[in-house]
This record gives sequence, C-alpha cells and structure tokens, in this order.
Amino acid sequence: MTRQMTGAEMVVQALIDQGVEHLFGYPGGSVLPIYDELFQQDKVQHILVRQEGGAGHSAEGYARSTGKVGVVLVTSGPGATNMVTPLADALMDSIPMVCITGQVATHLIGSDAFQEADTVGITRPCTKHNWLVKDVNDLARILHEAFYVARSGRPGPVVVDIPKDVQFATGTYQGPALVEHKTYRPRVEGDQAAILAAVEMIAKAKKPLFYTGGGVINSGPEASALLRELAHLTGFPVTSTLMGLGAFPATDKQWLGMLGMHGTYEANNAMHDCDVMINVGARFDDRITGRLDAFSPGSKKIHIDIDPSSINKNVRVDIGIVGDVAHVLKAMLAAWKSAGHKPDKAGLKSWWSEIDGWRARNSLGFRQNSETILPQYAIRTLYERTLGKDVYISTEVGQHQMWAAQYFGFDEPNRWMTSGGLGTMGYGLPAAIGAQAAHRDALCIDIAGDASILMNIQELSTAIQHELPVKVFILNNQYMGMVRQWQQLLHGNRLSHSYTDSLPDFVKLAEAYGAIGMRCEKASELEGAIDAMIAAPGPVLFDCRVANLANCFPMIPSGKAHNEMLLAADATDEVIANAIDAAGKALV
Amino acid sequence: MQPGSVYAIKEGKDKTEQHTLSVLVDNEPGVLARVIGLFSGRGYNIESLTVSETEHEKHRSRITVVTAGPPQVIEQIKAQLERMVPVHRVIDLTVTGKAIERELLLIKVRGAGDDRVEALRLADAFRARVIDATTESFVFELTGRTDKLDQFILLMQPIGLVEVSRTGVAAITRGPEAT
Repeated sequence: MTRQMTGAEMVVQALIDQGVEHLFGYPGGSVLPIYDELFQQDKVQHILVRQEGGAGHSAEGYARSTGKVGVVLVTSGPGATNMVTPLADALMDSIPMVCITGQVATHLIGSDAFQEADTVGITRPCTKHNWLVKDVNDLARILHEAFYVARSGRPGPVVVDIPKDVQFATGTYQGPALVEHKTYRPRVEGDQAAILAAVEMIAKAKKPLFYTGGGVINSGPEASALLRELAHLTGFPVTSTLMGLGAFPATDKQWLGMLGMHGTYEANNAMHDCDVMINVGARFDDRITGRLDAFSPGSKKIHIDIDPSSINKNVRVDIGIVGDVAHVLKAMLAAWKSAGHKPDKAGLKSWWSEIDGWRARNSLGFRQNSETILPQYAIRTLYERTLGKDVYISTEVGQHQMWAAQYFGFDEPNRWMTSGGLGTMGYGLPAAIGAQAAHRDALCIDIAGDASILMNIQELSTAIQHELPVKVFILNNQYMGMVRQWQQLLHGNRLSHSYTDSLPDFVKLAEAYGAIGMRCEKASELEGAIDAMIAAPGPVLFDCRVANLANCFPMIPSGKAHNEMLLAADATDEVIANAIDAAGKALV
Repeated sequence: MQPGSVYAIKEGKDKTEQHTLSVLVDNEPGVLARVIGLFSGRGYNIESLTVSETEHEKHRSRITVVTAGPPQVIEQIKAQLERMVPVHRVIDLTVTGKAIERELLLIKVRGAGDDRVEALRLADAFRARVIDATTESFVFELTGRTDKLDQFILLMQPIGLVEVSRTGVAAITRGPEAT
C-alpha cells in the first residue's frame, strides 16, 4: 500500500497502521501540523498531559500494563529535553516506547532557532535508537522501523525527530508490511546445545533456584505461564527481581519473595547457598548481587537473556543462553520432558528444609500495635482490601516502593509498574494514568511517598480531564524516607535536607485539582478509609499518615554479601550506625 | 569489571590486551557518534579509530577500532557494539589472528645541511616517499604498522619535526575470504 500524503498525515496513518489506540503528548510549535491531523480523526486517542515527562512515564505505564508499545508526541526543544528522563528510564527497564518529537524546519537546524535542541544528539545515549528524518519519503519507513526496533529483541525507547517542513511536505507513504529493517535481527531462539546442557545441569541440582526478572514480563504472558510450568515440574524455589514481580505468583508455596537489597531473608540466603542458579531474564544488577566477589560463591549459573551484552557483564556464568525467555523456556521444558528427567527429590527436600529455616526468621514481620499506622501495615491492608479486584499498581521511588514490593502480592504479570533501573521519583502517578488509559475499568493505584508525588503532581489534572480514576495512596512520613535511612546508615544520622518542612495539605490539594482528597491517621480507621478510596468514582489523593521514622528492612547493607542481611529485629541504632564500613560507603 | 557498576570487582587481576575490531555499519547519519558515544559513555578506551564508507551502493562503512582492556571488557565491548541497531557485524581481528594492519603517516620535517641529508637517508630506509619539498623542508608519506610509524616519528624529532598527521589503523584479514 503506497499513497501520497503529507508528513503529518503519515505520522497519524503510521500510528493507525501500527495499531496504536492511545497517544500521550503535549503540543507545541514544531508539532502543530501533526496535532492538526490528530484533530481530524478519531482512531487514535490523544491524552494531554501537563508536562512532557508525564507523557513519557504514562507511555511507560501503558506499555508495561499492556505489553504494547507506548507512544509519545512532544514538541521540539524543551518538549524533547523534558522527555530525556522517561527515555532513560525506559532504556534501563527495557520498556518499548516510540517518542515522536517535532523539530525546527530543516533549513533552521544548527542556527539556534527558537525551541531548537539537538534532540538526536541529546537522546542518543538514552534511547535504543533514534532518527532525524530529513526527507518526507523516508518518514513512513522510519516510523515503522521505529516500532519494530522498540518492541523487538530487548525492548526499549526510540525517538523519531521530525522537522516541521517535513511534516508539511508531501511524499509517498508505505504500510508496515513493506518495511524490513536492514540490520536489526535479534535472536529469539536459544542455542539448542546450551539449552540441553542447562537442562542436564538443572536435573542434577540439589540446591537449585530460579532467579527471574523483567525479561519474563517483557517476553509476554506465555513466558510467565511457561515459568510456572517449569517451576512446578521441578519443584524448585523461585525468587524475582523488582522488575519481575508477578511473573510467578506471590501466593505460590514455591515463591520466596523478592531478592536483593531489600529482598527477603530466605530469597537472599537461597541465592547465596544455591548450587545451580537459573537466571531467567534478569541482569545481575548491583541492587541484586550486593558484593560481587561474595555473590553466590558455590553455584553454577545459567543465564537466559535476549541481550547478549547482559551475559557475563557483571557476573561470569557457566551457561549463557541468548534468546527470548518464552522460546527458551519452551525448549527447556521439551528437553526436560523428552529426557525423562526427574528432580532430585531427596536433595530438594533437604534444600527446602533449609529454606524453611530462613523463612522462620519472618524477615518481613512487623507489629502493628498502636494507632500509629506502620507503612508495612498500610501496604498489607491495601493488598488485602484490593484482593480479587482487577488491580494495577505503580509506585514512585523510595521506601514506599520497597514496601510495596515486599507487602503487596502479585499473582499475574503486567500488574506492577515501577522505575527499577533508573529509580525515577515522579514515575508512579503518570504510569498509573497510562495503565488506567489502557484499562478503563480496572483499579489503578499509585503507591507513593510524600516527596515523590510532588515531582509530577500536576498529572492529577490529566487524570481529571480524561476521567481516569487513578488512586494515589501516599505513605506520608514527611521525609524522603530512603534518603533519611541512608543518612542514618552512612552519615552519622545527620539528616541533611531530607525532611520536608512545608508539605501541602494533600486533601486540599486534591480538591483544588477537582479530585477527591482523603486522609487517614489511625490504624483502626485504615480499612474503612481504603474501602472508601476504592469505591470513590474519580481520582483520589489519599494521605496516609504513617510512622515518620520507620525504616525499610530487611536490608543488605552496601558492600555486604547476601548472607549478611540486616533484619528489622536486629536493627538497633548502634547496629545501623556501624552497618556499613568505609569501603561500602563509596558504593551507595 | 564494568566501570558503570560501583560494585565492580577491583581491576588489575586481568592483563590488559589490545584488540583491533572491525565494525561493519550502515552509513546512516550519526552512526559514528553512536559508536564513539558507546566507548566514552561506558568508559572504554579508543587507541585508534578509522572510518570510511567502503561499499557506496549499500551505504556501508567499516569502522576499525583499536581498543585496550582486560579480556572481559573486550568481550563486553564486542557485545555492546553488536547490539547497536545499525551494526551489521563486529569482527575481532586480533582473535581471528590473520589480520594485516596498516596506518598512513604524513610528517613535515624542517632543516638544512646534514639534517636534510639524514632525513632523506632515514626516509629511504623506511621506504617513506617525499610528497612535498621546499629548500628547507620535506613532507614524507609513510605507510606501515603503528610501531613502524612511531619509530619513524621518533627518529625525525632531532632532525626537525614540525608536525604529524596520521590516519589511525585500517585492517583486513589475509586470504581469499571476506570477513
């Protein structure tokens, strides 16, 4: 299918041909021709945000909750530079995103024109790929390539920068079927010999462990189903990174909880002591491994990853399998069955009894015994009151994020949206808006902190305008809690600028935006208040006042190994002050 | 070993190796910036870099990078290059082991009397060509391996070295096959 049309028409046509239903954006001088085309059609719904960064995070939430590519449209200059954070965020967390930016007319490029920025130059290190389109006849091909690159292989964000004169110019449009990328062909099938070797290794394991990550989610729902099948067939324990929560059900008895810096005692000790580690779509991030030279010293390691550069990057592995998680797991299951393997029952029994010993430490235990709401209790109550509902959870970044990961159970993939790699405060509200745009009838909750929520609070206005009834559940302790926790651990309890002196009245703030404001200060009233929040028809800002000085445990202090965790019960002031040595302090 | 991770195991255990990589890329705008940005962004070394379009009708360029690092870092560099969207192929010519490497040097030398004679004699020994001459200067052209060029520059210094321009390493494998 080829047709003559203007560049601006091509953009909209390409979005339609790519099956895009929702677009997050903000108009400006250099994208007005595209906005004019959007105005004259009704197939693609545009969601107007309040700041371009909000569009980016909304697209991330949309992508994460649907498995589809998130799409953003912003103007040149500041529009594009405001997108830098979401692009970097999406690159770190492998979120497929196509960001279309307007650019000044080609003859003005390089002249320091009004709202000109070197968008491809600025976004080159924070995108998977980017393009500046100088000829309208390249535009359709590049747009389709952009979608292909964003969603293929290890997904990621791409930018297509379109000068204004190219939007006005007329050229030939071609549909996606006619576009084939010249160079980019990521491998999805794993190497069969490596898969067979991995299955042999797994079959002999006495203390095995599945360590799963965001790659399972990115691979699609089938990957989660295959992971469950393989885990149940083998009877092995499963832990996951922050990004992988939901791939394996939190209610399953083989689930050990999240691992890493704020992971459970049982997950981290199992990582340390296992004899065969099966990394499925995770990347040995420093928040997971802790001290590298003491990381799981006795284990053979298998690593499944679609990105060859992830294998042997931080940790040397024994068997690396480059491929898509679903494809590789399918092949592994077939190999396991055809070889007639049976797990080592006796070995597993003693391994599970070791794990049960760690579980008995109850590392996520807390005691809610006064009217002051503990943040852990708040999250657990939120989880219990939303059980059985169609729930999507996003978070900001900080203590509340870790508590959400620890105390909210996820049984399905694509239900959990958080900024893992980049750790972007202000991610959660726009991400919840993105998820809500894709799932109008679902319950979309942003679990927030009082500091993070103020970084993109303006997006509440977006939620109102587009009737997206997101709920913002703020764990308000008046501190940047995680910063304070680190200052207590590292800097002699000198709380330098981590206390927020003049927070807004969140109830009034909500009302000023036209949303519903709620506040809860007593543990005995929390359940009822949460029920009221869920029942509220529109967006809610819920100010949950929690114990100001609560800290996030268990924790692997930086510079320590997995089996040197600090548990809440042991964390006296003295222990906290001495938890991290001089070498660890430099590691952040 | 990754400079990006603060949890990296201390460097120094593995010996630094020098590798010559041949990177075949689509010659699209910004492709060189992309490759250079990868090296600077991740803290890798570039000892030398040469780039030119080698297949005009396909718009393909060959980038020859000489880099140095411990074996694990070299492996990372190759994997990182390979996953870039416009990259067709990455060939480690140091591993394939049969590569020829050449560099072109242009060097300006100024002097009179015995120095002029000595410069010409050395140029002859190195098989350098005179491509410009005045009554008080020469410009020599010399191709060869990097160490040969280094040696020639060293010898020209006392004679009256004025300035140097060199291309960086171009490399290709021996034998009838394409890489």
